[in-house]
Amino acid sequence: MTHLWAIPALPLAGAIILGLAGPTLGPRMSAIIGTASVGLAAIIAIGIGIGWLQHPPPGGAFVQPLWTWVSLPGLTIRCGLTLDPVALLMVLVITIIGSLIHLFSTEYMAGEAGYARYFAYLNLFVAAMLLLVLADDLLVLFIGWEGVGVCSYLLVGFWFADPANGMAAQKSFIVTRIADIAMLAGLLLLSTQRGTLDIHDLTTSLLPRGAWLPEAAAALLLVGCLGKSAQLPLHSWLPDAMAGPTPVSALIHAATMVTAGVYLVVRLHPLFMQAPWVMHGIAIGGALTLLIAAAAGLFQTDIKRVLAYSTMSQIGYMFVALGVGAWSAAMFHFLTHAVFKALLFLSAGAVTMRLHHEQDIFAMGGLRRPLPAAFVCFVIGAASLAALPLVTAGFFSKEIILGALWAAPAPALWAAGITGALLTSIYSFRLIFTVFFGPVITKPSGAYGIRILLPLFMLAIAALCVGWLETPGFLGGNHLLSAFLEPANGEAAVPILSPLIPLTGCLVPLIGNGIAWVLHRRGVWRAQASRVQTPLLGFLTSACGFDAAYRALLVRPYLQLVAALRDDPVDQLSLWAEHAAIALHRRLRATQTGHLRRYAAWMMAGVVATIAMVLLA
Amino acid sequence: MIAWPMSAGLALALFLLGLLGLLTRRNLIFVLMSIEIMLNATGLLFVTAGMRWGNPDGQIMLILVLNLAGAELALGLVLLLRLRGRLPTLDGDRATLLRDAP
Repeated sequence: MTHLWAIPALPLAGAIILGLAGPTLGPRMSAIIGTASVGLAAIIAIGIGIGWLQHPPPGGAFVQPLWTWVSLPGLTIRCGLTLDPVALLMVLVITIIGSLIHLFSTEYMAGEAGYARYFAYLNLFVAAMLLLVLADDLLVLFIGWEGVGVCSYLLVGFWFADPANGMAAQKSFIVTRIADIAMLAGLLLLSTQRGTLDIHDLTTSLLPRGAWLPEAAAALLLVGCLGKSAQLPLHSWLPDAMAGPTPVSALIHAATMVTAGVYLVVRLHPLFMQAPWVMHGIAIGGALTLLIAAAAGLFQTDIKRVLAYSTMSQIGYMFVALGVGAWSAAMFHFLTHAVFKALLFLSAGAVTMRLHHEQDIFAMGGLRRPLPAAFVCFVIGAASLAALPLVTAGFFSKEIILGALWAAPAPALWAAGITGALLTSIYSFRLIFTVFFGPVITKPSGAYGIRILLPLFMLAIAALCVGWLETPGFLGGNHLLSAFLEPANGEAAVPILSPLIPLTGCLVPLIGNGIAWVLHRRGVWRAQASRVQTPLLGFLTSACGFDAAYRALLVRPYLQLVAALRDDPVDQLSLWAEHAAIALHRRLRATQTGHLRRYAAWMMAGVVATIAMVLLA
Repeated sequence: MIAWPMSAGLALALFLLGLLGLLTRRNLIFVLMSIEIMLNATGLLFVTAGMRWGNPDGQIMLILVLNLAGAELALGLVLLLRLRGRLPTLDGDRATLLRDAP
């Protein structure tokens, strides 16, 4: 475990080497360095994980102090790494899925301009994400937090030659920065009021319940989490962030970065438990997000945008679980979601790369036969997203969240969760039926190499198996993950539920599947492509019109202000001196005629006037 | 012995004559001559003032003014020669090369 520092350091080293020497290395060497740095980090992480299972460190956490960063009277910031079970789970997910996605990228991005730059950004992202996860001080965590934001910006705008991609990158960056201002305010509040930003100190020395400080600090930190995790009302950047390369969407905008908000809440859960109002807000916001995003997912025509809205919706499930204090359930859903959503994005990327990067699902169809490998992987991922009972990972994690919501007791949230599950199932199978069934519309070209297929198959197997870590009572009642997370999250309550609740959870995805099939047979989905946009439809497609509202309320007034200020009206006040000097100068120039006699006359007149003034004064 | 007001009046008359020549003549040679007349008027005024107050400094100033006039004339004639190289005339009203460019 003493090699913990190497886990973030290796990808960072890869990023530095690729960033400085990338163009001279050639694509083959860039791919090797980029993938190997994350792969080595994954191997170290797996080694640490095995060591952890054999001999868990005392106290349930391993701390590796590195150096003292800031030493001020009243505030000391120590740079160090902390590994607790939650962080270990995150590290394993980031490094293992990260290295699979790097491997996938080596083939997916082959021949692209900026190949080395791509891997440099991706490595830098992994390093920043690992720093975020392992930091034992909130300020160090904040560096990683901003680092992943920068990498997200760089990678969303990777194909920067298209201005639309640049706008999407700026949008993702600016929206999350606005959230981060609130987060920074929360950090400042904690540092001035508590005198420390050390996560261990903050979560062990507690304040009286109901005091204003935990409510205020938790609310401010939560705004940062909402922005990073694309939750209402700061979600609008995520669908546009799909402008980036598909493996980037898989790694950053599905598996890892967008779940940083969930991770932060889990990491600081003793603080959040002191803030009951904020917890209510998390639960309600999560429920709203999961419903609105799932409804929007039904109307998207771009395969990646469907997946983006499904990511928002699934993170909404995690936030609902956090809101009722089901920390381990949220982390379990994070794990399964990271696996099946990375699988979905990668298989979507595998489909589109064979169709000349066509992303409109209505331009696809009947791909089941020409692309069997992508079809199988996509179906496994989508079934897991839809939570098809028993065979998929998503089922187990969603079941635990829904059970926790029912037992909280929060029947309204449970109803929202079940409705969301129905919608999720419908849009997942809408994707499958539209893209893979029916007549072939676009003929795919090319072939897959092993570097595409290996990550897909590994993730597919994981998406089938990982759910069995944690099973409900009627399926054996495994609690491997919550037992593993217990030192960090406390004992997870196993709710006693009437059999009706899990039964509903089993039936709803099947009903959704049936609805999607019926609508597919009747051609309703295909008709969406040609249907005229009614206001209601536009409202749902745009996830309740947040984008339009922000454009009207924030962007347009700001641009108008800029337009009004670009000529600097205040500056006009000081410019009058210049204008007066220029006007006077023009008059005086006219007197310079070159006529000697006129000059003499003026001189004489001046002398006479001077003498007259002296005499008369 | 002439009374000093007469002498001063003569100086004033000379000065005004010179000024009139300066302002009205267009030939630059005459302009130079007019300047000489004006200088001599000031010289005469110095001598008159010395006479009025019984002070020899006025006469010293006259010698200085004469020297000055000689130097000025030499310089002025050289400038005129140079101007003659550029212009076909000695008309001062046409020598407007130093005016503001239109």
